[in-house]
Amino acid sequence: MYDSPLRKTEVDTNESKISARDVQVYYGDTHAIKDVNVEILDKTVTAFIGPSGCGKSTFLRTLNRMNDTIDICRVEGLIELDGEDIYDKRVDPVQLRAKVGMVFQKPNPFPKSIYDNVAYGPKIHGLAKNKAELDEIVEKALRRGAIWDEVKDRLDAPGTGLSGGQQQRLCIARAVATEPEVLLMDEPCSALDPIATSQVEELIDELRANYSVVIVTHSMQQAARVSQKTAFFHLGNLVEYGDTSQIFTNPVDPRTESYITGRIG
Amino acid sequence: MPVLWLILIVLALAVAGFIAGRARAISGAGDDRRALHSLPNYYGWNVAMKAMVPAFLALVIWLIAQPFIVNTKATSLLPETAIPEGSTLGLVMSDVRRVADGLDLAVEQGLLGASEAADLTVTGSDIRATLGSAGVAVGSEISPEILAAAQSYRSSNATGNLLRSLVVIGLALVGGALALAQTKPDFRARNAVERGIRAILVGAASLAILTTIGIVLSLVFNTIEFFRIYPASEFFGSFTWSPSFGGGSQLGIWPLLWGTLYISLIALLVSVPIGLFAAVYLSEYAGPKFRSVAKPALELLAGIPTIVYGLFALLTVGPLLLSVFGRDGLGWMQAGTAVMTAGLVMGIMLIPFVSSLSDDIINAVPQSLRDGSYGLGATKSETIKQVILPAALPGIVGAILLAASRAIGETMIVVLGAGAAARLSLNPFDAMTTVTAKIVSQLTGDADFASPEALVAFALGMTLFVMTLGLNVFALYIVRKYREQYD
Amino acid sequence: MTDATYTGGKEPAKHGLLTVDARTKKRNASEKRFRLYGLAAIGAGVFFLVVLLSAIISNGIGAFQQTFIEVPVYLEEAKLDKTGNRDPAEMAKVSTFGYSPLIQNSLWKVVVDSGAETPLEDGGDVKQMISASAAAKVRDWVLANPDRVGETVDFQILASSRVDGYLKGRVSRESIAQDKNIDAEHLDLVDVLREQGVVHKSFNWEFITGADASESRAEQAGLGVSMLGSLFMMITVLLLALPIGVAASIYLEEFAPTNRFTDFIEVNISNLAAVPSIVFGILGLAAFIQFAHLPQSAPIVGGLTLTLMTLPTIVISTRAALKAVPPSIRDAALGVGASKMQATFHHVLPLAMPGILTGTIIGLAQALGETAPLLLIGMVGYIATNYPEGVFSGFLSPNSAMPAQIYEWAKRADPAYYERAWGGIIILLLFLLAMNLIAIVLRRKFERRW
Repeated sequence: MYDSPLRKTEVDTNESKISARDVQVYYGDTHAIKDVNVEILDKTVTAFIGPSGCGKSTFLRTLNRMNDTIDICRVEGLIELDGEDIYDKRVDPVQLRAKVGMVFQKPNPFPKSIYDNVAYGPKIHGLAKNKAELDEIVEKALRRGAIWDEVKDRLDAPGTGLSGGQQQRLCIARAVATEPEVLLMDEPCSALDPIATSQVEELIDELRANYSVVIVTHSMQQAARVSQKTAFFHLGNLVEYGDTSQIFTNPVDPRTESYITGRIG
Repeated sequence: MPVLWLILIVLALAVAGFIAGRARAISGAGDDRRALHSLPNYYGWNVAMKAMVPAFLALVIWLIAQPFIVNTKATSLLPETAIPEGSTLGLVMSDVRRVADGLDLAVEQGLLGASEAADLTVTGSDIRATLGSAGVAVGSEISPEILAAAQSYRSSNATGNLLRSLVVIGLALVGGALALAQTKPDFRARNAVERGIRAILVGAASLAILTTIGIVLSLVFNTIEFFRIYPASEFFGSFTWSPSFGGGSQLGIWPLLWGTLYISLIALLVSVPIGLFAAVYLSEYAGPKFRSVAKPALELLAGIPTIVYGLFALLTVGPLLLSVFGRDGLGWMQAGTAVMTAGLVMGIMLIPFVSSLSDDIINAVPQSLRDGSYGLGATKSETIKQVILPAALPGIVGAILLAASRAIGETMIVVLGAGAAARLSLNPFDAMTTVTAKIVSQLTGDADFASPEALVAFALGMTLFVMTLGLNVFALYIVRKYREQYD
Repeated sequence: MTDATYTGGKEPAKHGLLTVDARTKKRNASEKRFRLYGLAAIGAGVFFLVVLLSAIISNGIGAFQQTFIEVPVYLEEAKLDKTGNRDPAEMAKVSTFGYSPLIQNSLWKVVVDSGAETPLEDGGDVKQMISASAAAKVRDWVLANPDRVGETVDFQILASSRVDGYLKGRVSRESIAQDKNIDAEHLDLVDVLREQGVVHKSFNWEFITGADASESRAEQAGLGVSMLGSLFMMITVLLLALPIGVAASIYLEEFAPTNRFTDFIEVNISNLAAVPSIVFGILGLAAFIQFAHLPQSAPIVGGLTLTLMTLPTIVISTRAALKAVPPSIRDAALGVGASKMQATFHHVLPLAMPGILTGTIIGLAQALGETAPLLLIGMVGYIATNYPEGVFSGFLSPNSAMPAQIYEWAKRADPAYYERAWGGIIILLLFLLAMNLIAIVLRRKFERRW
């Protein structure tokens, strides 16, 4: 019924990268996330699945404090990155987001050149001492985003002129260029066609070698293909979390089973 | 028959037609309304409409055409010799009209019999005195040619008016009768009425085109007239503006254009940074509460009429600047009215214009771009400076161009605040004048409408119209292209 | 930058999250600065608003107060009604010149009674203290009340604009050194009379209801007549712009096919909205006065000109209101067999009406404050001293308009007129405020979310 996992890159660790304890998120009066506890491992692809509005994207956005930009949003509980509370008053979200990068649902390249898109992060964080270094960073990021060969001859062309799949890989390259430790991806393939989707999925598996990747997806097939760990969210609760193979073949919670067999969703 | 009476008669015919049409439709259907194609009122409206519309159309055309025809006829009676040295046909014709009006008045007041007025001769009586007692002052002695022309003017006007009444009432009667004959139960009265209404709607919408045509025609004709008596090469080539109503004026546009552009530049230097930063703060930083107070407060500035800003420039800002930069201060300023005064106040006026346009444009930048930037760890100001503003740049340029067009066309502030002297100077504390201010001063003086000193206002208006129209079209094009990009 | 940093992960982070590094500190500082610029810009805008409003109020509020002198005037029979018949027709033969000495002598009596020491000698010497309009006012009263001749009647005589200015602090002994219209001795008298309550300020209804006055009688000038001029102009605009604007919008929004002609209309409307108002003045001058020979300075010409100017605004807001009515309403009406015209006029238009009215009121408010086009069609330079005799003459006989009257006052040489101009602005702004409030209330009350 499900595609077999890609498993091209064999890296396994059990080191925890992000740990969340009793996390609650409120939007005004709405309790959007309830009592979520999860350990996200380093060098692992973790998939968040669940029906629409279950809170998986909201939870993803709490991990790099993107919710800060929404006035009515409030987060309680403890989320630690490498043992440091990211909601501590002393933490500057700007610094946090450099370490926890994010890729969005719709490809959103800036209306600038391809080069400037990728160089943007390194520039604002001051990662390069000079132009040569910056060139090097950009090239590496584009290679890592598996798009270098397609764009190396037109780095000055606008990023918005690329195809949808290329744009999304450019956005991934852009996120990678700031040397994050964690990469959050919010339904990165939902706006892409199947060919572009498979390219991005392959890329995600390669990225696992260096980063902890968290991906929110609507597609259970995609979760099964790219992730090692899967978390199932339902109505703001984390229902079940475990190895992807276990969740898809032998779910513990009846709700998980209903969802993956297509009865709720 | 006066026009008012004519209108009332046609209206009465229309009402009668409405009643008759409605009654005829109902009786035609044997008092069974269901047998009618449309509601009974539509049959009434159909008759009223067909009685009224052709009649009124004819009336309007007549009102426009008759003066031309009568004028031409009277003009043809005037021999070349009737035009004195130094005068023009237009001036003589205005005399003719005045005499004709005077005769009308005299007849009305019983000073002259109707036939007496028609047969009057110059030698027979003192026309000037008669007209004077009727309340019409005629400047010079009336020559026989002018009197003859005036009498022809009167008689063709009278015939015209009589014909007009006959034609208009006739049209109303014929139209109403034809429509009444149409009125049978299976006649599609509603469709006919709706076609009529639709025509009215189209007419209303076309008024925009008519207005534009009206503007262009009134500018073009008078501008051509101006260039006929004043060389265009002087107008566009001379660097001096010194109109003198006695003749020998130098009417070069450059000092006025320079003043206009200089004041507009200062206005933009004030309004663009303030307006843009305010827009950025309102759309990116301000909470909903602050926004709901600060935005209307700024927009209050836009609701204040320009005469208020003019007065503010003349009576508050001017004296204030004078006390700092004037003789008692730095000595750069001679009087309160200056480029700086007008520019500053105009800048204040344009702040809300720039800020609300830029606010709209910044809000049109998709949230996904902001998310993308924040997700990379950019601060708000970095996001604004490096992502949002570059993305919004075309739109903002469009907004600034629109503001510039506003500044160039602004009148009251410069009339009251900029001074009256036309000069080419670099000192922003000098008094200068603008195209708009000179349009006002050339057309509100006592100058004769036919003199180059008055007609130059139309050439200035033309220049202003072309400049602002060009800026607007270009700016709207940029803004539209910008919006399409993010739709 | 080595490859090792890229592989990241295992090696410890360069610095923890809990300490803010130097670069971030710098970035945050620049963030704070930028934010401050924005706040400063808004502050500047609000500051200008406050300065403008306080300039208007502090300069204009004085126009609503006027100085009067309480004078018991002896209406001498020998001068005013020689025959003793008390026949107003006969008494009307006595012009204002017959009244002036009476008033001046009565004022002189008041001065003498006050016990003030003054080098001035008789009534002729104090005439500078009272308005030149006083005699006409007393005469009008006497002709209305002929029986009172021979009595002494208390009048509130309008003080001259210099005395008024002195009470309001605009005129001082230094400022009148070169002034032929008043002397320091007069001001000394005013001081004494003021203490006794004879000279006093009170609310100035004349300013709101009165007519404009000649250049030398600033104390008498009022805004009433030009308010009527504005009223007749606004009636013209409303009667023309609303139906035409609504008709045009209905056509463009509901019926117009997408073709070149429609495009052309739309381009024209959006361009007309941005044409400088002075150009509309030129159009009004050329089309209505030069071509159609309508009377100069008449409110109807102003109204027609402002109609053309306001139409684009009204069309734009009306179209927005029509657009806001959801298509489902049209479908519902068409579904029960209404024609498109009926669907529009019976269902869409009533639902859009609040929005249309809001837009119209805002358009009218704009037209009310517009000055530049009025200058060209002769609504300045005309001194509006007479009330229109009826509705017809209200539209057709020469008049001024509020903003034009303000402009006229601002240009006069006597600084007493500046106060009038500011005061006129207060009245104008109150009208605009009221209109905008009505628009806001309409919008709040009828706002519909589909």
